[in-house]
Amino acid sequence: MSINATLIGQLIAFAVFVYFCMKMVWPPLMAAIEDRQKTIADGLAAGERAEKDLELAQAKVSEQLKDAKTQAAEIIEQAKKRANQLVDEETQRGHSEREKIIAQGHAEIEAEKNRVKEELRKQVASLAIVGAQQILQREIDAQAQNDIVEKLVEEL
Amino acid sequence: MASEYTTTEYIKHHLTNARMCSTDEGIVFNKACEDAGFWVWHVDTLGWSIGLGLLFLFIFRSVAKTATTGVPGKLQAFVEIIFDFVDSNVKSTFHGKSELIAPLALTIFVWVLLMNLMDLVPVDILPMIAGMVGEYGFGMDPHDVYMKAVPTTDLNLTFALALGVFILILFYSIKMKGFGGFTKELTMQPFNHPAFIPVNFILESVTLLARPLSLALRLFGNLYASELIFILIATIGLAQLPLHFIWAAFHILVLPLQAFVFMMLTIVYLSLACEKH
Repeated sequence: MSINATLIGQLIAFAVFVYFCMKMVWPPLMAAIEDRQKTIADGLAAGERAEKDLELAQAKVSEQLKDAKTQAAEIIEQAKKRANQLVDEETQRGHSEREKIIAQGHAEIEAEKNRVKEELRKQVASLAIVGAQQILQREIDAQAQNDIVEKLVEEL
Repeated sequence: MASEYTTTEYIKHHLTNARMCSTDEGIVFNKACEDAGFWVWHVDTLGWSIGLGLLFLFIFRSVAKTATTGVPGKLQAFVEIIFDFVDSNVKSTFHGKSELIAPLALTIFVWVLLMNLMDLVPVDILPMIAGMVGEYGFGMDPHDVYMKAVPTTDLNLTFALALGVFILILFYSIKMKGFGGFTKELTMQPFNHPAFIPVNFILESVTLLARPLSLALRLFGNLYASELIFILIATIGLAQLPLHFIWAAFHILVLPLQAFVFMMLTIVYLSLACEKH
């Protein structure tokens, strides 16, 4: 139970152990742990960044989707409008074409009628003249009465 | 307990170290060393403590050598838990920068813990083996073969640890404050007046010396008492079984606690030594 030389031996052993621990044990363990801490911290940061990126991308995607939807709706609306417009225009055009054709037909009919009337008148006149000529050939010189006939024709 | 002892002899035998000394007749052991004075070596204390210290260094060094920064193995994870525990305690208490304090704390904690854990080895096994080896290997009287296997129940060991810490306290005090600063700390506190220098010096010296003394005696006292009670329990026959279990279970708490207290106080004393007032 007494203090003896063991104390010296233990003191030396203690010093050697602490020195060995300080030189050979602590630094490599510390380095390994710190390295791993750094790796883990980097990994966590990368994960966080990726998550943020994903969130951003998702937001972008949904925004683009919304844009595309509104655009599509717009295009459909425009197309409908355009179709309606086309139908209207075509209808309009058809109407006017019809009117035009009808008007043309009317005009043609009118012209033909006039022409036939003229022809008829002329023929009637020349028939009258021929008739009159034949009647008058016996009595009057045809030349002398020609101006009277022409005057008659003009009046018709 | 071995039946050929009386209880007193049995206890005394278990609490005696194996001694070694050199006399005129060469190297002699145990009873022959009664008159050798200071130059006696407790070979059991030295053997167990150095063996356990080497075990600690071997395990930690082998882990440190192969330590991966990636996924650690189970042994590395275990070592790192202890390492981190010590490191966080050092960092929370000691605020200076020192390459020594943390490894010192680690060495103290693990080494003292391993030595304390020898307390849980049933008290008869190691002395019995030693007695048989002494009797059949060397033809000695087994009653004259001693084996006190818990090194921390030897005052020499606890005082060696405390003395090491005390030397470091002095070293850091002088290194951080200068010799003058350290002297001033010893003489100008707590009463800052020249007339009080002797009083201050006495007070501060007691404070300073009480630190290693309390470190050594606390560890020794706790372990010696618990070892003594283990031995006492071992003397009461069959009833020792539940009692031994309870006492051993209790020491699963006490032994690490003592190691922790020793480490923590070392850190605190050294951080006090490094603090400037």
